[in-house]
Formats: sequence, C-alpha cells, structure tokens
Amino acid sequence: MIKKKECVAMLLAGGQGSRLYLLTQRVAKPAVSFGSKYRIIDFTLSNCINSGIDTVGVLTQYQPLALNEYIGNGQPWDLDRTFGGVMVLPPYQGQKRADWYKGTANAIYQNLHFLDKYDPDYVVVLSGDHIYKMDYSAMVDYHKRMGAACTIAVIDVPLSEASRFGIMNTDENMQVYEFEEKPKNPKSTLASMGVYVFSKKQLYEYLIADEADENSDKDFGKNVIPAMLGAGEKLFAYPFKGYWKDVGTINSLWEANMDLLGDRPALNLNNGNWRIFARHSSNPPHFLGYGAQVENSLVTGGCEIYGTVINSVLSSGVKVAKGAVVKDSVIMKDCVISENARVEYSIMDSDTVVGVNASVGEAKDAGKGIALVGFGLNIKAGTKVPGGAMVDEAFLASLEAGKEEA
Amino acid sequence: MASVVGIIFSNIHDKNVSELTRRRTMASVPFGCRYRLIDFTLSNLVNSGITHVGVVTHYNYQSLMDHIGTGKDWDLARRSGGIKILPPFITAFANTQNSLYNTRLEAMKSMIEFISSCKEEYVILSDCDIICNIDLGEMINAHIASGADMTMAVKRMYITHDVRNAEVVESDAEGRITDISEANGIVTGYRDINLNIIVMQRKYLVNLIMDATAHGYDSFTKDIIAKNLENCDYRVYRYDNYFAAVNSLTDYYMCNMDLLSSSARDSLFNVKNRPVYTKIRNSSPTTYEEGSNVKNSLIADGCVIYGTVENSILFRGVKVGKNTVIKNSILMQDTLVGENVDLNCVITDKDVVIRDGRVLSGHETKPFYIDKLTVV
Repeated sequence: MIKKKECVAMLLAGGQGSRLYLLTQRVAKPAVSFGSKYRIIDFTLSNCINSGIDTVGVLTQYQPLALNEYIGNGQPWDLDRTFGGVMVLPPYQGQKRADWYKGTANAIYQNLHFLDKYDPDYVVVLSGDHIYKMDYSAMVDYHKRMGAACTIAVIDVPLSEASRFGIMNTDENMQVYEFEEKPKNPKSTLASMGVYVFSKKQLYEYLIADEADENSDKDFGKNVIPAMLGAGEKLFAYPFKGYWKDVGTINSLWEANMDLLGDRPALNLNNGNWRIFARHSSNPPHFLGYGAQVENSLVTGGCEIYGTVINSVLSSGVKVAKGAVVKDSVIMKDCVISENARVEYSIMDSDTVVGVNASVGEAKDAGKGIALVGFGLNIKAGTKVPGGAMVDEAFLASLEAGKEEA
Repeated sequence: MASVVGIIFSNIHDKNVSELTRRRTMASVPFGCRYRLIDFTLSNLVNSGITHVGVVTHYNYQSLMDHIGTGKDWDLARRSGGIKILPPFITAFANTQNSLYNTRLEAMKSMIEFISSCKEEYVILSDCDIICNIDLGEMINAHIASGADMTMAVKRMYITHDVRNAEVVESDAEGRITDISEANGIVTGYRDINLNIIVMQRKYLVNLIMDATAHGYDSFTKDIIAKNLENCDYRVYRYDNYFAAVNSLTDYYMCNMDLLSSSARDSLFNVKNRPVYTKIRNSSPTTYEEGSNVKNSLIADGCVIYGTVENSILFRGVKVGKNTVIKNSILMQDTLVGENVDLNCVITDKDVVIRDGRVLSGHETKPFYIDKLTVV
C-alpha cells in the first residue's frame, strides 16, 4: 500500500433515537435538526475535519435515506477527498452472510475491511448524537503519550446524575480500572462521552474475539471495554472540559437548543476558530417586519417574522405572522405560525402549519412539559393543543372529534 | 435545451460606484445581505441549465476569485464546462501602449481563443450587475424560435431627465430592433432599456469579433449593433419582472433598500426552482439578544444584535452593541458597531469598526460611505 492514514474515524449513526418519538419517525437521530441551521451529526463531522481527521466512515442502519442524502459526498465538511473523505457504510449482504448491525462493536467489526484500506494506526470511534466541540487530535496525542490500548473521553458530571451514564473509575494517573454502566451507587463522576480512541492492533483483536463470543451483545460499553479491562490492557480516561450534551431525549434536545441562547451561551456557535459546517439550502437573508419583536433567539435564512419570538430557536424558512407569538420553543424548517397563533414550550418538526388563532403548548411554568409536534401537520385555525402533548395526525383527529362532541 | 456557453463581464460599469469598486470588481460588489452582484447572473445561468461560464476580468479581480473559488457553490465545479476566470490576455511584448481594454468588444477580442474553443452552439453575454431573476432558457428558446441573428433582453422602465448610462432600445411590432441609443436626458417616459443580456449563435459572435478586429471597432453597441440594424435581424426579448441596476452609490443604496419590500424579495429570491446561490460562509445563525429591537430589516446569518435596527440591511457577521440605534443603513460583512452609537443613512464597507458613542449620518440621496477596514 502506498498511502495510509494515521487516523480514521468511525461514526456510529445507526441509532433509532426512539426517545425522540415523532422527530425520528422518518429520519435517524443524527439527522434531526438542531440549533437553527444544523443537524446533530454536523457537530461530530465538523469536529473530525477541524481535528484534521479527513477519513470518516459513517455507520448507518435506521432510516438512512435522509442521512445519506444529507452527507452526500461530504463537500460541506470538506470531506470530499480523493483518498479518504466521508463514506456512508450501511449493513450489507456478504458472500456468506447478510446481517444488520447487531451492536456498536459488530457494526465496526463488519467494516474492518474498510479500515484495512486505510491501514490506520488509530481508530477514533464516535457517536453521531452528541452536541459538543472537541479536538480529537489532542485526544489522539494523549492516547499516544499514555501508550494506551484504548482511551475513553470522559466528562465530569454531577454526582446526582452519574447513575445515568457509563462511569469510569480511574486511578490518579487517569488509568481506568473499572467501567460501570449506569451504576446505582457511582464511585466516580467521570462519565463516558462515547468517544473512543483505539490502537488498531487491540481494536481488531478484541472485536474479533467479541464477535466469536455468542453471549456478547456486541456493544463497546457492555462487552468490548470490560473485556479489555479484564485482560489487563491499558485503558485511559481523557478528561474533556467544555460543553457536551447527549440529545437523546425531548427534554435534553430542547435544553441543548436553549444552551445556544443568551449573552454568553453555554455553547457558542459564533466562533471562527472552530466552525460547525452544515449543508446549506440557498435561503435568502431573513426579514423582520414592522411588528416584529425578536429577543434572546436564533434566526436564520429564509425566515420572515412579523410577530413576537422570544427565547426560541428558528430554523430556515419559518414564517411568523403578525400577532403570532413563539416562546421558549424550537421551530424547525419551513413551519408557518399564522396570525395571532401562539406556540409555547414546544418542539415543532418541519413543514407544519399552525392556523390562525390556534395555540400549541402551554407556558413553561405550567409544568405540563414540552409539546412535541410532528412533521408536515396542519393544525387548523383555533385549535388548542395542550402542553406536553405529542401531536401527530391521530392526535389532531381525536382533538377534532372531541371538539365536535362538545 | 440548446447548448449554451455564458460569458460574464466582471468589470463593466466599475466607474458607476467607484467607492465600492476601488478594491474590487463590479461583479464582487456586496449586495443584499449575503450576495455579490455576480451571484444573480451566475444563478440565472445555472438555473437555466447553462453550466459552462467564462468570467471576463480586467483588474482588481482578487476579490472575485476569492468569491468564486472552484465554483462549487453554484454547482459550477465541473470536469467539462464549469466556471473559468478569464484574466486579461496580453501577448508578450505586444502591448507597447501599456493599456488594457476598456470596452466589452475589446475584452471579447482578447477572449477570442476561449470563445472559439467552446463547443456550444449558442453564447449568452451578460453584464455582472444585473440584479434580476430571469429565465434565460425561455429567452434562448425565443431567440431560436424567432430565427433572429441576435436577441437582446430589455425591460420597459420610466426614464427621467437625469438617467444616463442606459441604452434605449426601439423596436417594431414584431420585436425587431429599429434603433439603439444612449439615454441623453432628452428622451423621457416609458422606454425599453437594454439589460445587457444578449444571445446569439457562438459562430455569429466569432464572426462579429473578427470583423470588429479587422475594422478596429471598439464599441459593441455603437459600432456593431447600431451599424448592423438594417442588414441583420436583431430582436428584443421582453422581461418585466423585478430589475435593479446600480448606476451610482445612491442607486446602490436605493436598490438595497428595495429589498425591504416583500414584492421585490419575492420576485428576486422566492422564485420557484430559481434560488440565488452565493459563496457559503458557514456563519452561525443570527443571535438576537435580550433587549434587541429590530424592525423592517433584512438580516444575514452570523450577526449578533443587542441594539435597535430599523429599515436596514445587515450583512453576515455584523455586530450591533447595546443602546445603539441603526436606521436606514447598510452594514457590510463583519462591521462591528459598538455601544451607544447612532447611525442613519450610512453604508459601511467590510470590516468597518464604529466605536462606542459615535454619531454618523448621511441622507438617503447622499448616503455616507465608510471605506473597508476603517475605524471610526
């Protein structure tokens, strides 16, 4: 082989993200819109290219169409390369067998031949559903310096929340001696971020062994990492300081969007040194009319606002008509909020129309939770959607039926 | 569709807005929050399926090359065809007068190699400062159907006494051009104005240029079109949607302000299947902070706004500080406006810094222009 890559990233993007309910009915979680003009996967892809990793395999499985189309040839992330670049790796039918990806480890195992082609010294395993800005090259340097077989990025979480995560127990040199998945009584607060660096030799060795084990769930966290620890391999935790968020639930997705707002946002997107790239549609600039009042919000191309928008994140092409109010909400692409309609404490998937005088959701303080509105719905004039509702066609039909009876 | 190659003149009319073109071509003059003038012409070509484009340059074309790059933002990074920048061509040792071309025709003479080597049957010539969303496919089809030698796009506009820099086209009932002349302040009223978009067979153009070279002509309209009107079949193609031409800094200001009307935006930006493309900058979304108050304004991505903005155009990456009031102004890319600033009828070029507490004002008939990289 004439050429090789020192480092190749494998991005796990096959997850269904079932806890995002309506948002992931048509698209995989990494393709869900985030932060006005991004998709969740943009953060990981941008981190790769900003870290100098230009060869990325994206492992897809669940609803891959939107994701495949979105990634395309990788041009928006500068990942259209003659050697390397981004490649979508779906499950496939082989000569002997055809298998879905049975777990995170199995997904990489089935694509070892992809890695063979680039002969990397290090493999970075990432997951496509986290929001963060991270320099993987610093982590790879750390991995080399420690002479580790595997390095796992960790973030300090509050002790009260530690039992939701995979927790690394380490000695004073950050060497991991124990890994506990969602422990009831956590011994440490170092949570795994789902970012791993493996030395190639050990990765191959343990993936092949794990594949042979019939009782294994073929999962990195559950099987591969414990097996490596058991065999006495050197595993290190790499402490990451900065913003990191798993957006696997409606609440965390909402919070992560809100974290972009304010004078000093928890996650600052407006930084030329670590740009987050995204595929663009050619939207004209956005327009704010005479009646507009927009505060503490993010707005992007194609929006036309004549009403009030407060504490909200608007994706491209959203129309907010005169007298309409959008508050504490995340509104995705091309939604229309008609005159005097009100949207509060909601996440609304793209292409939905909220009719005149209709209302969706209730004030955040009401304690009803976030209203989740599906894709391409037509919420008729005057309809009242209660707070915390999960709005799809069936819900609207039952709401309509209820109104007629009354 | 017929095979067509596009040629864009990037320095044409530079002198109209000398303030803005001091360091750039007319083609790369910023316009409408996130565009450069050439984006409209390039998008018109691409949206009509024309994917082989030559951009004729003359001087100051660094900013244009930066903007166009490989052409991929217009889908013009192609193996065959695509976009080509045609720098001024001077034969070694031949240029004793040390001068470059000044007119469209002279430019074409030096591009003769490019034009001759193209394979396309038709050629469309366009200026770079035509702000409109025109279906060129329809124009080309009309040209072919009419069997004319040349077809020129025109738009009916109201001519006042002080309109200069415009060519008035007279035509008969069948659309055949009978006269073409420069607006002279005497002719007024509704007239057809030459939009400087011209379609003809490529071979016809090559012959015209050869002929012009032999005779030492230098004006395309005066020496060629006007002289050939009797013998040749030159026709108009009527376009009657939104069109803006930038003939002066005041015009530039007014054309930008036009975009605050939804009808102008709809006919320029929101035309089905014909979006306007531009270089992608990957700016973050625009942040409106607590207390911001923005009315009747067109805003690009990447801005951070604390203050008040009214009737204004903000380009990408503009920052507006607290208690600042911006009215009737155009702030270009990465303009930084501090706190307690008051701006009215101001045009800031790229990377201008307005310090805290400054008060600046022009008038809409004479906007106050601040040059690139100035700190006020």
